[in-house]
Amino acid sequence: MKKIRLGVQLLFTILTNGYVYGFLNGKIYQGRMKYVCVPGLNCYSCPGAIGSCPIGALQALLNQKGFEIPFAVLGFFFLFGSVLGRFVCGWLCPFGLVQDLLHKIPVFRKRKKLPLHHILKYGKYLTLIFLAGIGSMFLFDGFAKVPAFCKYLCPSGTFFGALPLLSTNELLRSQLGGLFFWKLGVLLVIVFLSIKVYRPFCQYLCPLGAIYGWFNRFSLVQVHWEKERCISCGACERACPVSIPAEEISRSPECIRCGKCVQVCPAHCLSFRKRQGESLPCGTEE
Amino acid sequence: MNIWKNSKKHAWIGGVLAGVCCFGLGLAEGQFAVIWKKAVMICLECIGIG
Repeated sequence: MKKIRLGVQLLFTILTNGYVYGFLNGKIYQGRMKYVCVPGLNCYSCPGAIGSCPIGALQALLNQKGFEIPFAVLGFFFLFGSVLGRFVCGWLCPFGLVQDLLHKIPVFRKRKKLPLHHILKYGKYLTLIFLAGIGSMFLFDGFAKVPAFCKYLCPSGTFFGALPLLSTNELLRSQLGGLFFWKLGVLLVIVFLSIKVYRPFCQYLCPLGAIYGWFNRFSLVQVHWEKERCISCGACERACPVSIPAEEISRSPECIRCGKCVQVCPAHCLSFRKRQGESLPCGTEE
Repeated sequence: MNIWKNSKKHAWIGGVLAGVCCFGLGLAEGQFAVIWKKAVMICLECIGIG
């Protein structure tokens, strides 16, 4: 399961960032595929990106003159969220892959969570409302509409967009200022934290994770739990990178469907596939 | 009880339908063109210049 997930993450990252010409020449893809948003946090200014970033697209629509409900992006959220939920975070997000790889570096004693996790986990909702959502229309740059999340926080934009573009595009390099170094600092903090803590950006700051987390309780892709088979050994909770107990896995907005619980369960009471007439999504009461 | 249980089980289909409706509304409002225009220009904010 671990290798399959890594393979899917790598394949999806390569597929959605496969515009090699952009990496070589410091340019970005300008074709029709960019009408469509990819499911994960994938900066559309990455030279290889062949799709649009859903959070970037959300801000582009909110930052138009006047106010329009961003139906097009809501459509992507409903579609990806209803079918996959946070499976997107665990299996399809390029920045999630980066954090996973960083966490494999064998230095520091690893931690699952930061101190004050129970408070900090709400940070992603604040980011969604105040940086990526409606707040960004009023709070920044003297009421000018700016994509505040992309501009002040998004480490994915710095990693996938800024660094490859700046390394090949001299014109852009000549315009660097304080804002870039602020964003580079944010990226370095996330990189450092990712080595020690499991996916700190996803757990505490990602607005996309906040959105998909809401869909987790009813998405098509579920982790099913057979209460009758469960021997309450706690192996799943110990293996879970964010320590979710078996009975809460399915409805928890924190579960990224990594499948580690499914893999370690000695009683095989957790599975992605529902056995006919036997199991219910975790937390569902009869 | 069964209706409630089934409705919870199939809620994702409602989500997909809502998504399709939103796509239609977005298309009618020309929002996909706005997304495309933003996505094909290098986003200076995203890379820390703008």
